[in-house]
Amino acid sequence: MKDILLRAGGAAGDGIASVGEVFCRIFTRNGFYVFGHNAYQSVIRGGHVWFQARASPDRIWSQGDGCDILYALDRATVDFHASSLREGGIIVYDPEKFSVPAEAVPSGVKALPVPTLELARKFSPQSILQNAVGMGACAYLAGVPLTTLDGVLADQFRKKKDVLEQNLGAAKLGYEYAQGKSSASDHALPVKGGAAKLLLSGNQAIALGAAVGGLKFLAQYPMTPATSIMHWLADHASTFDILVKQAEDELAAINMAIGASYAGVRAMTATSGGGFSLMVEALGQAGMTETPLVVVEAQRSGPSTGLPTKTEQGDLNMMLGASQGDFPRVILGPGSAQEAFRATVRAFELAEEWQTPVLLATDLYLSEDMHSVDREELPLDYAPSSLFTVPEPTNGSNGYKRYLFTPSGVSPRAIPGQKGLNFVAGSDEHDEAGHLISDVNAGVPMAIEIRRKMMEKRMRKLQGVLATTEPPKLEGPSAAEVTLVGWGSTALAVRDAMGILATKGVPVNYLNVHQPFPLHAESVAKALRAAKRTMLVEQNYTGQLGRLIRAETGIDLPVKLLKYDGEPLYPWEIVGKVLEVTGHVPS
Amino acid sequence: MSLASAPPKTEGPALKVVYKSTTKPTWCPGCGDYGVVASVERALSSLQIPTHEVVVVSGIGCSSNLPHFLSSYGFHGLHGRAMPVAEGVKLANHGLHVVVTGGDGDGWGIGLGHALHAMRRNIDLTYVVMDNEIYGLTTGQASPTSTMGQKTKSTPQGVIEEPVNPIALALSAGATYVARGFSGDPKQLSELIAGGIKHHGFSLIDVFSPCVTYNHLNTFDFFRQRVYKLENAQHDPTDLVKAFAKAQEFGPKIPTGLFYRVEKPTYEDLEPALKEGPLVHQKAGIRGMDKVLDEFV
Repeated sequence: MKDILLRAGGAAGDGIASVGEVFCRIFTRNGFYVFGHNAYQSVIRGGHVWFQARASPDRIWSQGDGCDILYALDRATVDFHASSLREGGIIVYDPEKFSVPAEAVPSGVKALPVPTLELARKFSPQSILQNAVGMGACAYLAGVPLTTLDGVLADQFRKKKDVLEQNLGAAKLGYEYAQGKSSASDHALPVKGGAAKLLLSGNQAIALGAAVGGLKFLAQYPMTPATSIMHWLADHASTFDILVKQAEDELAAINMAIGASYAGVRAMTATSGGGFSLMVEALGQAGMTETPLVVVEAQRSGPSTGLPTKTEQGDLNMMLGASQGDFPRVILGPGSAQEAFRATVRAFELAEEWQTPVLLATDLYLSEDMHSVDREELPLDYAPSSLFTVPEPTNGSNGYKRYLFTPSGVSPRAIPGQKGLNFVAGSDEHDEAGHLISDVNAGVPMAIEIRRKMMEKRMRKLQGVLATTEPPKLEGPSAAEVTLVGWGSTALAVRDAMGILATKGVPVNYLNVHQPFPLHAESVAKALRAAKRTMLVEQNYTGQLGRLIRAETGIDLPVKLLKYDGEPLYPWEIVGKVLEVTGHVPS
Repeated sequence: MSLASAPPKTEGPALKVVYKSTTKPTWCPGCGDYGVVASVERALSSLQIPTHEVVVVSGIGCSSNLPHFLSSYGFHGLHGRAMPVAEGVKLANHGLHVVVTGGDGDGWGIGLGHALHAMRRNIDLTYVVMDNEIYGLTTGQASPTSTMGQKTKSTPQGVIEEPVNPIALALSAGATYVARGFSGDPKQLSELIAGGIKHHGFSLIDVFSPCVTYNHLNTFDFFRQRVYKLENAQHDPTDLVKAFAKAQEFGPKIPTGLFYRVEKPTYEDLEPALKEGPLVHQKAGIRGMDKVLDEFV
């Protein structure tokens, strides 16, 4: 597969994320597929941050391996990243800022000094304009026409005319300077026509999916990497008629969402593991009161505050067991931006249909990195229809049974304001009408019977969810040397690795467990029993999905690739492990 | 038409609205909370609000069982979390009257943060706190409003923390209707609650509601000997500074009645998403979606 990788690095405050986004868009505008990886830190200024844009004419899923053009804003970037450069790589730097000695440049790589500050000063004393020069130089080296870069910059600065003029001028000088000093990269992609791809983060895909899925009420407390869901929805609240409420804490956020849902609107909250820990008690309340609820859990490296800006899939155990007692819940773990969009729409349907909480699990890598998708992959024509089972109005408050025992476990649901259907939703155990059986009736024979039946009624919903949701898909060839098993964003690096392995004559396939709970155990067992070899791929220390699969199917997955260093999976890591397991390279 | 989008209908006037539930309260005989539930019933009936247009939200504690003893809609939630549930209900359908009920442990202990934030938002909720200065349901530990020196199961040597002052807290947090009632005076109490429900904004009615089983200090007699009515004391409820001064009186004489009231825009008034009416009645769906995708190019 042909691809090109551009990487920009520097300190926080250098504008690296903006440069990275431009690097992405100069390719998506020309119809290329792109993946943008933003590696940042929990600091506002200083430190070391970097962004990688990878582009290809073919579908790509991950940040890929290596780098072809390194735009270094400081010496640390050269030191940290030069070894990632592939054959033919180019380091773009400004000798006015620092020098790059020959020994810092790997063989097969060249350093290209570009006077970014000096050229920028022709337009503005602001040093940030150096990036326009640098982007111009990199665009040339990557084989991108200057007009494409101009178009992206024009959109980025459409509200600041004078700043745009400076950027366009500086970018042109950078482009021409590089043209005069170097040929384009060996990895440059020939210009491709075709419709521009959309470029969005996983969180934007989730926010869009929520809007399409009929979200009316979002309550959220800021926490990386879930925060940008609230940003995007707040920014588009008037377009979608959504009320966005920043709560005082996560306890309030989830309880507000439950209150709004009880009152009849589709409601959601979003957080990361730390915030979800605070929401745990209320999750059970949603299960007990049978209130639909969607919770986005964007995982980051734990435990505790952990690595706030680094990725992990370490919260599956918590999501499976969150809150005291047994109650039905659904956990979705979409593998890409497109899947996250559809899973969010689906989460609202499941929550409303089964009147229970649905967890949408993502992680920092999927949520914050940039993914290119085709317009058709984001179908917007979903018309949210009410999935309420409408009860018959009654003449008094005691005739209506909010928690009526039904074969499906789902009871007709009334909302406040409806006449003759008054009821009390209780977090205590209750009878069909909602009356408490937790105090003066607790333990008396009639209440013992009701308790048993009420538990069974609620838990029956899981069978319905299993019967009406898609079992995990086996992606790739049916005859494979190895069946990889994973969930969530693991799909990204795995899909790229499968492509690489296919070219090496080692066919592998992937069991994508996009709904860890309730687990389609029979389908999983069938796929695993048919596998020549299995390999669990997860981004946590204990292999949490593997443990769940063993619990549900009795099948152990002894070969594991587990990663917990905070960095996303890279295709080469999976390729290397597969080659080792299959004996193609010595272990 | 789906029932979910049917707007609440107001019933004709002059009908007696019955708020009494067929479920009998389970409180100890003589509990102060009987007077409070009766006052809530009387306030709602006097305002002739149909029962299906009222949601009573509570947390956990003896007093938090109150929604079950009324015939309105109710949500009996988690300890300390009634307030955010109520805020969610109100923001989803601000056509409803939302009353939050609970005790001093629920509201001034574990749920204090939520209460203060709801007050500063001036969300149009009515918060009735049954303050018995003790934890009753857990059999008699100190509460955030227990008196300094009071001996309880968790403080056998006496409480060594200053009690929370709910009235002063509410005044400083931005509540726009701040009152105190006494379960031993259901007439005044029901009027204060009715006033709070009618008030456009956040209203607090903190109620002395004695626990006859675990608090032998703050008894009915204790309060009967001390309370006096602000309305009989020429108190001006539009004066915030004087309200603060009255909030400090807790000794031989303890004021009840309306401390402070002010008209201010509510959160619902200021929230752009509610300009076109309650969220629950707004059509689900989206407009201008294609343009939204263009921003991702």
